[in-house]
Amino acid sequence: MKKTGAEILIESLRHEGVDTVFGYPGGAVLNIYDTLMNYSEEVRHFLVRHEQGAVHMADGYARSSGKVGVCIVTSGPGATNTVTGLATAYMDSTPLVVFAGQVPTLLIGNDAFQEADTVGITRPCTKHNYLVKDVNSLASTIKQAFHIARTGRPGPVVVDLPKDVIADSAEFNYPSKIKMRGYNPTYQGHAGQIKKAFKLLAQAQKPLIYAGGGVIISGAHKELLALAQKMSIPVTTTLMGLGGFPGNHPLFLGMLGMHGTFRANMATTHCDVLFAVGARFDDRVTGKVESFSPHSQKIHLDIDPTSIAKSVPADIPIVGDVKTVLKEMLKELEEEPLQDYGRAHAGWLKQIGEWGQMSPLSYKAGVQCLKPQFVIQKIQQITDEVLNGDVIITTEVGQNQMWTAQFFTFKRPRTLLTSGGLGTMGFGFPAAIGAQVAFPEKTVIDIAGDGSIQMNIQEMATAVQYGLPVKIAILNNQCLGMVRQWQQLFCDRRYSQTVFEAVPDFVKLADAYGAVGLRATKPDEVEPVIRQALSIRKPVIMDFWVDRNECVYPMVPAGAALTEMLLV
Amino acid sequence: MCLSHGSGRGGAHGNAVGLGENMKHVISVLVDNEPGVLSRVSGLFSGRGFNIESLNVAETLDPTVSRMTLVTFGNDQIIEQIIKQLNKLVNVIKVLDLTGSDFVDREMALIKVSAKAASRAEVLRIVDIFRGQVVDVSSTSYTLEITGNDRKIQAVIDLLSPIGIMEIVRTGKVAIARHRKTGAKTEKEQEESFE
Repeated sequence: MKKTGAEILIESLRHEGVDTVFGYPGGAVLNIYDTLMNYSEEVRHFLVRHEQGAVHMADGYARSSGKVGVCIVTSGPGATNTVTGLATAYMDSTPLVVFAGQVPTLLIGNDAFQEADTVGITRPCTKHNYLVKDVNSLASTIKQAFHIARTGRPGPVVVDLPKDVIADSAEFNYPSKIKMRGYNPTYQGHAGQIKKAFKLLAQAQKPLIYAGGGVIISGAHKELLALAQKMSIPVTTTLMGLGGFPGNHPLFLGMLGMHGTFRANMATTHCDVLFAVGARFDDRVTGKVESFSPHSQKIHLDIDPTSIAKSVPADIPIVGDVKTVLKEMLKELEEEPLQDYGRAHAGWLKQIGEWGQMSPLSYKAGVQCLKPQFVIQKIQQITDEVLNGDVIITTEVGQNQMWTAQFFTFKRPRTLLTSGGLGTMGFGFPAAIGAQVAFPEKTVIDIAGDGSIQMNIQEMATAVQYGLPVKIAILNNQCLGMVRQWQQLFCDRRYSQTVFEAVPDFVKLADAYGAVGLRATKPDEVEPVIRQALSIRKPVIMDFWVDRNECVYPMVPAGAALTEMLLV
Repeated sequence: MCLSHGSGRGGAHGNAVGLGENMKHVISVLVDNEPGVLSRVSGLFSGRGFNIESLNVAETLDPTVSRMTLVTFGNDQIIEQIIKQLNKLVNVIKVLDLTGSDFVDREMALIKVSAKAASRAEVLRIVDIFRGQVVDVSSTSYTLEITGNDRKIQAVIDLLSPIGIMEIVRTGKVAIARHRKTGAKTEKEQEESFE
């Protein structure tokens, strides 16, 4: 029996195991939404308030659950509104499939109403994209889109659907297999390279593992922990890698890079073998490339060959899936005669311990004045106590993000959702909604700034409509704190356009949306506010009035060497 | 055709230590013969600041596959990145850096040259020496077709310039790996190996 394009789309989603989509209707996707009504039992649709919100929600859903996030948006502005979300997901390797409506094929190129060259616009910010011109190729295109999104280095895929293709009919056969001659990601690492890498690591006097988001995406946190423990190798992670290694483990050094810990940056600079695992030597990690880890031989494991030797040459490159390759390395370890790695690395670990004591993460607590780091520590302390630490944290971008990375201890993978690569303000709140959809019973907290939260605050209506009890902790300093920090340090305290002279009353704002607003302006008000927020099964905004002059330290100025840290 | 970007990576990191000198590379790319693939490749080059000196695209024996021959330049690290980034595109089937292996390359130029009474014979002599052809004649001009590697074409241009070149149209480079000497596969064999 023939099915319409819209039916083929929804049936294909069911074949892919998709039961949740985020979206916004419009003229070009009218038929899809009409069909969706017939499948309301099988596919839950979350109506957002802005298409950017839909993509970030799908992203948060995907990052927290490991599944593919799915969106449906209309043509023209619906599609262009997804661009920031797509670029965010692309930079952080999140699997998404975004279905965009398009004007009928005959009108394409005609400057029709709500027409945009969606495939052209999204080409550089997607892993791949498609314009479906024939309903007969719809099912196989969707199959390819999901395959590309979730395999290899995951990423977003856009499928552009002209209105007539959706209205047209075809026999529906969902392909069980697909063949793409130009796409075949490498999972197995090269055996010889793995042996060489293991030998180098085993002989190292001062080894260091530098782990990135690839550990989490690949689900390799157990293998990483086993390798680090068995070989007594300290571990530092990138922002994206936080949670990929237990943050409370004695071998964990904290994050490295621009706002990394003193000991992590010192260890990176002085190690003799650096094992990069699912990381890409981003500029915020390396600082000045020429001075980055100058004495080490580098092993670089990543599933994306373009990440290897892009900015820092690798002595032993390994292209492959992190989990698969780490398992191979653990096998090598078993076959080797047992070495006392703890003893071999004792001096190195002692040195790192001294660096840790020399300059630990710290801030000056205030009596009257509320410090943002204190708020984050309190959130940790109370969620540990009340929820046994079973919490998903999202962040916005800026100081709120860096303080969270520094002061919140992430013990499990997929518990920190943050826009690392693109640095998208406005990501955290919709991402939290997406995570809450994936895990209705968990507590999800967006740690935000007063700047970022205003970028997608409209999604509060979405959270209220679906009864998603997301919590927002606004570190409210009435300014754009990170930019202000740079202006303080590098622009002679000329605070150009970083001070908000009008900020909404977030308590009233929450109330207006039908959510709950709470406020703390002094340190002793913080704990009651957090406890109350956690007890309410509704979206809650916690408005913390924090010290505007607080800066994120340590800080490596852009383009400086990792050892050139401002420590204040 | 020159599509190079002024702020390209060649300029930015060209002399970094240990990365080798900037060098011209001829890269042969087999791609799906689909709409939009050219813009994926050219977008990759512009988006990442790589240089393209010339780019040629045409169908292969298999109508579902096109071959792009592109000429680019950069140091070893940049060329490695270009090849990896090309391979990463879903529509790219195979990437071959011909530079450093044995290959034949050609380009063609159509040259409209002023040919008044005094110079008509000289123009024809030059065409003859370089085994070119006259493809259009008027009372005041010849249009010439010259095929060869870029040095040969440059030599013809240099010789014709004093006589008066009115217009010139050049293809980019096309290139093919030599067969027996390198053991390189022919296009047909390569396509069979995709299966």
